[in-house]
Amino acid sequence: MAYSASDYKKGQPRWCPGCGDHFFLASLHKAMAEIGVAPQDIAVISGIGCSSRLPHYMATYGMNTIHGRAAAIATGCKVANPNLTVWQISGDGDGLAIGGNHFIHANRRNIDLNMILLNNRIYGLTKGQYSPTSPRGFVSKSSPYGTVEDPFRPAELCFGARGHFFARAVATDAPGTIDVLKKAYAHKGSSVCEILQNCVIFNNGTHDSVYDKAGRAKNAIYVEHGKPLVFGENNEFGLVQEGFGLKVVEIGKDGITMDDILVHDAHCQDNTLQLKLALMGDGDGFPVALGVIRDVDAPTYNDAVEAQIEEVKAKKPYHSFAELLETNDIWEVK
Amino acid sequence: MAESLEVKERESVVVRFSGDSGDGMQLAGNIFSTVSATVGNSISTFPDYPADIRAPQGSLTGVSGFQVHIGAGQVFTPGDQCDVLVAMNAAALKTQYRFAKPGAAIIIDTDSFGPKDLEKADFKTEDYLGEMNIDPDRVIACPLTTMVKDCLKDSGMDVKSIMKCRNMFALGLVCWLFDRDIDIAFNYLKEKFAKKPGVAEANIRVIQAGYDYGHNTHSSVANVYRIETKNKVPGRYMDITGNKATAYGFIAAAEKAGLKLYLGSYPITPATDVLHELSKHKSLGVTTVQCEDEIAGCASSVGASFAGALAVTSTSGPGLCLKSEAMNLAVIMELPLVVLDVQRGGPATGLPTKSEQTDLLQALFGRNGESPMPVMAAMSPIDCFDAAYEASKVALEHMTPVVLLTDAYVANGSGAFKLPDLSEYPAINPPYVPEELKGTWTPYMRAENGTRYWAVPGREGFTHILGGLEKDDKTGAISTNPENHDLMTRKRAQKIANIPVPDLEVLGDKDDAELLIVGFGGTYGHLRAAMDEMRQAGKKVAMAHFRYINPLPKNTVEVLTKYPKVVVAEQNMGQLSGWLRMKVDGFVPAQYNEVKGQPFKVAELVEAFSLLINK
Repeated sequence: MAYSASDYKKGQPRWCPGCGDHFFLASLHKAMAEIGVAPQDIAVISGIGCSSRLPHYMATYGMNTIHGRAAAIATGCKVANPNLTVWQISGDGDGLAIGGNHFIHANRRNIDLNMILLNNRIYGLTKGQYSPTSPRGFVSKSSPYGTVEDPFRPAELCFGARGHFFARAVATDAPGTIDVLKKAYAHKGSSVCEILQNCVIFNNGTHDSVYDKAGRAKNAIYVEHGKPLVFGENNEFGLVQEGFGLKVVEIGKDGITMDDILVHDAHCQDNTLQLKLALMGDGDGFPVALGVIRDVDAPTYNDAVEAQIEEVKAKKPYHSFAELLETNDIWEVK
Repeated sequence: MAESLEVKERESVVVRFSGDSGDGMQLAGNIFSTVSATVGNSISTFPDYPADIRAPQGSLTGVSGFQVHIGAGQVFTPGDQCDVLVAMNAAALKTQYRFAKPGAAIIIDTDSFGPKDLEKADFKTEDYLGEMNIDPDRVIACPLTTMVKDCLKDSGMDVKSIMKCRNMFALGLVCWLFDRDIDIAFNYLKEKFAKKPGVAEANIRVIQAGYDYGHNTHSSVANVYRIETKNKVPGRYMDITGNKATAYGFIAAAEKAGLKLYLGSYPITPATDVLHELSKHKSLGVTTVQCEDEIAGCASSVGASFAGALAVTSTSGPGLCLKSEAMNLAVIMELPLVVLDVQRGGPATGLPTKSEQTDLLQALFGRNGESPMPVMAAMSPIDCFDAAYEASKVALEHMTPVVLLTDAYVANGSGAFKLPDLSEYPAINPPYVPEELKGTWTPYMRAENGTRYWAVPGREGFTHILGGLEKDDKTGAISTNPENHDLMTRKRAQKIANIPVPDLEVLGDKDDAELLIVGFGGTYGHLRAAMDEMRQAGKKVAMAHFRYINPLPKNTVEVLTKYPKVVVAEQNMGQLSGWLRMKVDGFVPAQYNEVKGQPFKVAELVEAFSLLINK
């Protein structure tokens, strides 16, 4: 059965006009239609925050739960009912501050969840406090003199937790977003998609360098498995490996040809270069990497649970409560 | 030394095995319980583990005990004090003697009372019996280690393995003392060590040696005890701990309801055995997730419940604090969930291995907002099975989280469990949304008894969003409307109030008692034994014990206001008493409160309650 975006759509979003969440929601509806899983077989589970309102605009099953616990709740949902496709929606506060523990453990366990991290580097719903992804020195209502702490970089947490899938998209970039959502769905295991999203009220402009098409053409690189890592308005730049790091080169200059350019390997078990790609673009002269940065096959927790159940069923002689009782030391009183 | 052997008939006897953590006292105790139960005696056991993780060998903090009460008729507690104390080393004698009745027989291994052992146990002189004022005539002092080594000298076993069999010698000796059929113990060991016949054989030889030692020397005590069997209930039985019975109750309920059983948990003493037990039973499709924390244990269970499983999360007091937020989510989303709290001493980390009833008010009220939740408490190790089954039934049929309270005493204690026949248990019918409501259904539509319908993901035509925000009664959309919130708050409360709960049963002198004893949960056995003892002494006493604490049984007011005097006895500072005073106008009971981490002592209860009557 073919679905259209409207089959997944419900209600009128209540986010501020211009909020990045509007753009993301539209892309999610479209991606779901393209993926084609029936709405009744989908659970969309969020925590608390602006972006966590998202399930209310889905015509699927879903829960808008409590602050920080979306990953844990989604874990139970998927393990108890592996037939469901589970999307977990969190913001940077929900997912990485109060819910940081659940975020890393869902990744470590490799539960088959599509984990969306809408990163606007601010607490919006509580009206403008710095978040765990706000840069050092960030001035906000709760840091009037600037923060004195370093932010998390989501990819580092994901990789540090031995995550097998990490992708990034800009909320306003519909094709880029739909592409990573489809690939996140296709990946079996926890798939983290960091969505760069603007908060027009409390942190306007935080992703400006890549928020429109022209900016992305200059300041972003779309990475794709098996393709050379080139970028620029005319793909005139590329990435090469130098020493322990990466370097931006201009193709055709200093004898550099396409053959010198690093080819992206999202499937590489060793995440060293993938991490370098993911961390680029922090005002360091490198472009921001968009697309699927890491996508490595690994056994999923939920499949392993099911397989173990089947294995033990075949091995153990008892399959009902009555049979379980019989496995004990029993005596008879006559 | 005893001149002659006398066989004494006794109604009941308490035996306490004690020794170093590594001495196998729990196994010896378990086998003795099983042997006694097999001949039809009733049993009640209580293991008393040391709190230290690995106390040094022979030290005072490393002593492990196992107490078993065997009776001709029914026994309700593991007994206040023991008639026979087995002390495998000096430290055990030092710490465990206080559990012995005046005149109790004491079995010691004299090989473990050397100068070093005595020093570790803080004895000042070599006359350890004198130091503790123990009459040597009551002591069966045997060179137990020497005899075990001798018995197994040609077995080819190394010294370490031989030493592990010491507990079996003590067991053999106790079996002789109680005229038990040691063949039952032999069969037990043969089954337990089916894969290691050498180990079974060695243990059997040592039991026989212990038994023969008693028989040949007539030992140094005056009598052999005989516990006849009365009021036998024929049937097939097994020994079961409270935690295991709880796990079995959940398995049975899931099977009856036709649902997958999901447990989200985090290890915590004394609840961890429930996680251990359920983790074993994958062949029944039981899914257990050992989560990253208590919060995730509960939160993942809420997710599993949404997905259509019988969801359970297990914990003890400190974990309950952490679960309260996700429990509240289940309250407002009206999803079934069982929260098992095996209570221990608090506050904070408190006394992790000891027992209290101090989480009652937390279970009732420890959440933000108006958060009504059914609360139940299991009365005994065996009752944990029915309580877990009923808690699951209430959760599933009334779409609500339920707190099931047990405690360390009930959880670790055991009793003879008559194998249940699941076909005799009531059906469990969750209120699945009827198919004909497709198209008109909204998430907070309710059945006649006020229960929200359950639409499990996967069903076409019933997609919906639940959440922690208040919802509109009619549409299920987010609502901050004041009238609606008031209405929803009342509906959630009414739904819990509507849950049918069996009437409070009054035991004892129900028509003319001078004193009504009231308690809840795990103190049932001790209160019951106290009541029986008082009635035997001619006093008019009744008791009423709460299993359902919210909602309260319908006849609560009638029962509590019927008798001239009422005492609420509990292992906290008056939590049940406070709850009942809140619910029963003008109810001012006497209170008996104790928070020592140990079960009540029947003798102390009898004394205190008798004073109340005479006052």
